[in-house]
Amino acid sequence: MTLKMTPSKRLVRFMANNTVPILFLIICAFGIPLSGYSANYLVSEIIVRLVRNSFLIVSLLIPILAGMGLNFGMTLGAMAGQIGLIFISDWGIVGIPGMVLAMIISTPISMLLGWWCGKILNMAKGREMVTSYIIGFFMNGIYQLVVLYGMGPVIPIRNKALVLPRGYGIRNTVNLIGIRKALDSLLAIRIFGVLVPLATFILIALLCLFVLWFKKTKLGQDMRAVGQDMEVARAAGIRVEHTRIVSIVISTVFAGYGMIIYLQNIGTLNTYNSHMQIGMFSVAALLVGGATVAKANIRNVFLGVILFHLMFIVSPMAGKNLIGQAQLGEYFRVFVSYGVITISLVLYEVRKKRDLALAGQTLAAQQEVGA
Amino acid sequence: MSVHDVPLLEMKHISKDFFGNQVLNDINFSLKRGEILGLVGENGAGKSTLMKILFGMDEIHQTGGYGGDVLIEGTKVSFASPSDALARGIGMVHQEFSLLPDFTATENIMLNREPLTYTWLSEVFGPRMNVLNRKEMDAIAKAAIGRLNVKLDHQMLVSEMPVGHKQFTEIARELSKEASETSEGIKLLVLDEPTAVLSEQEADSLLSSIKRLSEAGIAIIFITHRLQEIIDVCDTIMVMRDGMIIKTVPAQGVAVTDIAHWMVGRQVDTSKREVRTFDYGSSPVILSLQNLWVNMPGETVRDVTLDVHKGEILGIGGMAGQGKLGIPNGAMGLFPAGGTVTFEGQQIMLNNPRNFLDAGMAFVSEDRRGVGLLLDESLEWNVAFTAMQVQEKFLKKYLGGLIQWRDQQQIEEETASYVKQLEIRCVSTKQKAKELSGGNQQKVCLAKAFAVNPKLLFVSEPTRGIDVGAKALVLKALRTYNEESGTTIVMISSELEELRSICDRIAIISDGKVFGTLPATAPSAEFGLLMVGQASTQDWGGAV
Repeated sequence: MTLKMTPSKRLVRFMANNTVPILFLIICAFGIPLSGYSANYLVSEIIVRLVRNSFLIVSLLIPILAGMGLNFGMTLGAMAGQIGLIFISDWGIVGIPGMVLAMIISTPISMLLGWWCGKILNMAKGREMVTSYIIGFFMNGIYQLVVLYGMGPVIPIRNKALVLPRGYGIRNTVNLIGIRKALDSLLAIRIFGVLVPLATFILIALLCLFVLWFKKTKLGQDMRAVGQDMEVARAAGIRVEHTRIVSIVISTVFAGYGMIIYLQNIGTLNTYNSHMQIGMFSVAALLVGGATVAKANIRNVFLGVILFHLMFIVSPMAGKNLIGQAQLGEYFRVFVSYGVITISLVLYEVRKKRDLALAGQTLAAQQEVGA
Repeated sequence: MSVHDVPLLEMKHISKDFFGNQVLNDINFSLKRGEILGLVGENGAGKSTLMKILFGMDEIHQTGGYGGDVLIEGTKVSFASPSDALARGIGMVHQEFSLLPDFTATENIMLNREPLTYTWLSEVFGPRMNVLNRKEMDAIAKAAIGRLNVKLDHQMLVSEMPVGHKQFTEIARELSKEASETSEGIKLLVLDEPTAVLSEQEADSLLSSIKRLSEAGIAIIFITHRLQEIIDVCDTIMVMRDGMIIKTVPAQGVAVTDIAHWMVGRQVDTSKREVRTFDYGSSPVILSLQNLWVNMPGETVRDVTLDVHKGEILGIGGMAGQGKLGIPNGAMGLFPAGGTVTFEGQQIMLNNPRNFLDAGMAFVSEDRRGVGLLLDESLEWNVAFTAMQVQEKFLKKYLGGLIQWRDQQQIEEETASYVKQLEIRCVSTKQKAKELSGGNQQKVCLAKAFAVNPKLLFVSEPTRGIDVGAKALVLKALRTYNEESGTTIVMISSELEELRSICDRIAIISDGKVFGTLPATAPSAEFGLLMVGQASTQDWGGAV
């Protein structure tokens, strides 16, 4: 026998399971009229954000499948992608070939970093998220060493526009004029006056199809098994450690590609900052879409991007109209990202406890029936 | 000699000790194709260690290996891991389920042996990029379930299954391991207490499945406490006691009482038991449980109402899985629980261990390694830790209690006195808890509880997995402690004789409820009836 639930109880449960998306819906519902933006503007802005961020966020799905939580270590992939972009900017390779070459350069770096990150995460089972977060900071130091001191004296950089005036190290901002919107404008069409970069969407769709297909492969099945119970998986002969490393490697490589797509849309590379917050914002967007530490799917990715960025788009204008301060938007961006991650992590634990209590109540109900 | 004359499995002169504690001694037996061997013995008789040796579990290798030879079809083998054993066609269904909750029955049955469909990506990234062949998976799983002849939906998620179906899923998994280039197909199946969690009907259909498997030529080692089942399905019965094989007999014509007798071995000496009469009239109720329910997996408590009188030793007995272990675990708050618990007239808030401890109760868990001990810490620390945390014992106070300092000397003295009193065998009080044998670890757990000076002490399975000598000592220590300090003791044990030897009253738990309470002096047949009363197929070894 199962516990009977009244419709109101069911509603409360639905709300509790979707607290974060509902919260964002409410914020957006108030923010949109306040901002006074037209629907057309909002849609075109949302499309830009989808193009920019989706690929990065999809790269987070596979470690969640393997039970390793949210991979803050995607920063590593972002760094690899940026190194690729610096090289093609130096060599002056432009357009789609430039992007492809950047991806090719980033791949071995991502794989190496991902493998190393996975190795460390295997030593820190159960604490993957905080460990990957700190690994991101540590790797940032090495990235700075390479880019700030290594590029020039050790790694030849010929393009003077890239190098700091002192003669070595890369400038704070690198103009990615060669590949700016290279992919976005490849197959851009206008629908009701809104510019839709079809090529990027096709690429994102292909990645989504890959993730869906991946879940059906033997490796995907192994990851699901490892994610549920490492000991049972090990007893069945699955190479648990290897599987976990592979999931991080895949995630890091995709994060690298995602970063290249992200930066081709923006058009400038902020050499020392671009990668730092990308992990945070991607994780926050995924959580806003209703994902948890243990469960995420493609629907969460798109819902998350739409809700999370809709709030960013409307909040400066809403803030200005409300209290005359446009700063509100930037403040919100950081505050809300950290807030969302905190709330989601807390809610995840609360829900686990609640489900246990529910099992207890079911038991009590059974007992009443028996009596 | 033809292949069929060679026994499938032979174990010769197997012996094993854990750090000097002999748990298996000169074990010899052989098993033919299709034979069903019933392996019985009390807790700690060495059954599970023997199976661990057969499967080459890590635990055995890490503790110095074993003596003697294991022969499969006449050739000597020594498995490095359970997967090696599997490759030779030996499978095991464990007491604890090793199933993945969010996978369906099919996915669990085929775990890591999924048939694959080729994709070109596998040429680049290796065979794991091939796609699962769901159709074939379902077909194989269905066939394996079919061999068991049970109703089991292969598409059902394990988390939604009743326990019986989980058990069938596990067995079906072993059965589906057909011959392939890496494995020889299942030839021998070890079932460890497969019926413990099953309802009577489910158990019946499992037993008939076992018979069918044996007819198909699969040998089975069947470990159970339900003796009637052994007699019903087994060809041969092997009784183990204290690490030795006491008896190997054909099952035909054996009576339950015979087996029980061999298992216990010693005619239980009733004269040795100091019968005491406890005056219930003059001693108040100290602890009262009202409609307690506990959601402890495998030991669900449904509705327990029980009064404990001050100063008595109350025994709680019953079959495994009926809920007796859930009572202390739930009362202490280690598992989600509900109902009312009143201690000395005050209601105890459930689901918070601190309330339980602050009220003056203590709990010696059956899970020594998990809950009971700090394995990497010294004996002293283990004994003093709870007392220090809960009661601020063993602390020197300076500056009006602002600074508290550990009183090392007092800790050492008290630990040493417990070591002496309980005869804990150790090198020094600084030795790490994990280096002690099971029996001595249990004694440390008791010392730890005694150090808190509880008003009421829950002791759960105090003699599980320890040798006979240590058993007697632990029981005596409990009785002495009860008499000297007047502490009320509630002891939970699956061995009835043990309960009868020190308790005043014994409550029998069946299906999560108190089925009856009798004074310990009542004839054991009465207790046997209580336990069997619920399900007549259950016959209880100690109760003869």
